[in-house]
Amino acid sequence: MTVLAQSGAYRPAPPPAWRPRTDAAPLLPDEEPYRLLGTGAELDPELLTTLYSQLVLGRRYNQQATALTKQGRLAVYPSSTGQEACEVAAALALTERDWLFPSYRDTLAAVARGMDPVEALTLLRGDWHCGYDPRATRVAPLSTPLATQLPHAVGLAHAARLRGDDVVALALVGDGGTSEGDFHEALNFAAVWRAPAVFLVQNNGFAISVPLAKQTAAPTLAHKAVGYGMPGRLVDGNDAPAVHAVLTEAVERARSGGGPTLVEAVTYRVDAHTNADDATRYRQDAEVAAWREHDPITLLETELATRGLLERDGTDLRATARDAAERMAADLRERMHREPALDPMALFDHVYAERTGQLREQAEQLRAELAAQEDADDARPDADDAEGDAR
Amino acid sequence: MSTAATSHAAAPAPPARDPARKPTPLAQALNRALRDAMAEDPSVHVLGEDVGALGGVFRVTDGLTAEFGEDRCTDTPLAEAGILGAAVGMAMYGLRPVVEMQFDAFAYPAFEQLVSHVARMRNRTRGALPMPLTIRVPYGGGIGGVEHHSDSSEAYYIATPGLHVLTPATVADAYGLLRQAIASDDPVVFLEPKRLYWAKDAWDPGAPAAVEPIGRAAVRRAGTSATLITYGPSVPVCLEAAEAARAEGWDLEVVDLRSLVPFDDETVTASVRRTGRAVVVHESGGFGGPGGEIAARVTERCFHHLEAPVLRVAGFDVPYPPPMLERHHLPGVDRVLDAVDRLQWESRWTEGGGR
Repeated sequence: MTVLAQSGAYRPAPPPAWRPRTDAAPLLPDEEPYRLLGTGAELDPELLTTLYSQLVLGRRYNQQATALTKQGRLAVYPSSTGQEACEVAAALALTERDWLFPSYRDTLAAVARGMDPVEALTLLRGDWHCGYDPRATRVAPLSTPLATQLPHAVGLAHAARLRGDDVVALALVGDGGTSEGDFHEALNFAAVWRAPAVFLVQNNGFAISVPLAKQTAAPTLAHKAVGYGMPGRLVDGNDAPAVHAVLTEAVERARSGGGPTLVEAVTYRVDAHTNADDATRYRQDAEVAAWREHDPITLLETELATRGLLERDGTDLRATARDAAERMAADLRERMHREPALDPMALFDHVYAERTGQLREQAEQLRAELAAQEDADDARPDADDAEGDAR
Repeated sequence: MSTAATSHAAAPAPPARDPARKPTPLAQALNRALRDAMAEDPSVHVLGEDVGALGGVFRVTDGLTAEFGEDRCTDTPLAEAGILGAAVGMAMYGLRPVVEMQFDAFAYPAFEQLVSHVARMRNRTRGALPMPLTIRVPYGGGIGGVEHHSDSSEAYYIATPGLHVLTPATVADAYGLLRQAIASDDPVVFLEPKRLYWAKDAWDPGAPAAVEPIGRAAVRRAGTSATLITYGPSVPVCLEAAEAARAEGWDLEVVDLRSLVPFDDETVTASVRRTGRAVVVHESGGFGGPGGEIAARVTERCFHHLEAPVLRVAGFDVPYPPPMLERHHLPGVDRVLDAVDRLQWESRWTEGGGR
């Protein structure tokens, strides 16, 4: 007989009842990425054709922006080639009153939402940091410090909910960004506040050169959701209708007060990180070739063909989409070849609501430098001609 | 506004005859400012760690959750980048968040949000997304705090374009400047001198005294021999030093900057041109500290009026000391007076010296 079993022996009081705050099982992602293409699932033909047209447009946009970089018209372009299904589905899953929080690789999502591509590309052209009015477009500025825009999405969604407005914030982040502290803090805040926010991780395999295996030991990035008490969803990021369906469900869940969702879309960055990157240093061509076989446009086109949706009323959807894309590209090319209007004095205009004394002095200094430069240019009557010849 | 007028407006308050003007601690004036701002403007939201039921570790948010509810004064998860980042999103949606960082050194996790977004958002979006945010940071030492509880972090903030950096030294300013900060459409880092939280002035919460606007310094003590340029927790030190200096025959002027950004060159310059000598006093380390910038500005503007180099009295360039050693680090009256003594008084009388 042990001491504790003896009658009258000391027995510690049991601790207060413990139970987990939430049941983890429903939060877990599926074992396989969710897919719709090739499954025979019932799908809205209108949605399929819209997605297709947007994917074709998006691919052409990526090609044109890359070409503009080679022509010196963009300072840099982080291409989303191969990821168009994620970009387009994100845009289409939102209503006009919702907000999109993109990173620098997500100009296509903004364009797919209806933004003028020239305005979307301002940051990357380099004539200003943000080329559009975020309140008018409901697209936050492209965020360059990774994942730092996620807490903004949470705060905005929270504020909208406090005001009783029907607004959802969808934030885009990459696989590398999930390692940042701001990713963690944003998801935690969103879950605690039950903010109407959705986080879409485009797992494109690389953070510049670092592969996912060096980024995380998690079973999937979607599993990270469970630790915050929100559902994690895993989807094939190259299956446009599947991404659209998963995001639409998450957006509706957020809208109806169900709280945030983390979605991991498995995709691939077909191009290098940017034009300044050399992807051959860290990955094999064979890997890229394999993913090109799993191309979002080809996959959807096959589905449309199977469903007899490529030809309608005597017109070929492929030709229509291609023509629209070419028109967009030609317009973008033409407008990006115009020199942007620059005003150096604008450097001082929006630092504060009103210029400080220090900025007033510095603005005068720059104004004087510009005037002196103008005088010097005027004093060389042949300057303009010589420059013309040089061109 | 002339400096003379500033000096008169900011002269020490007369003894309290009005019974409504009771000795009030600075922290209580801050609390009142938050409460009045929240009552006046429903878009003002307070968020931070322990700001709810506890009322903040310094009790500056005491009673706000009880009065305005958890949606207006919110205990957040313990994550400073998340707090400030969420506040950015709230400001994007038109709210006016007031964020509490629990201690100076605990604000550092929020530094990226502050530098990369809060300070730049208005400029980035050509004015489309102003950031009407107030970030309250209890700062400075002298309260016996263990490591990470006594930093003077102002040099980091003033080096970041796009932020206003304010610090009150009086009860009236605690209320008035905080109200102005919350009402400002620019982001304000509002540095609260911890060791002045319990300092009292006669003050009427029902009719708070008007204070100078953001960007104006105040002459707290008029003098003729030299100017002590200071702010925040060092203002009372300098006033005490000025009193002690009378025994040496020095009549020191004390300028309380109140606002490090925007910087009031006009008041500072006018004072130094009058006195011909200047010492900058702050707790922050001297190397790369605000004093270097201030000394340079004074020298550039007052060179022909100066009788001596502009000196700095600052904390040492060491990590903030443990509590049992901090008294050796903090600039006190003696160190200020030693600096004043080094202002080359042997060259006191100069024809046209501008005194």
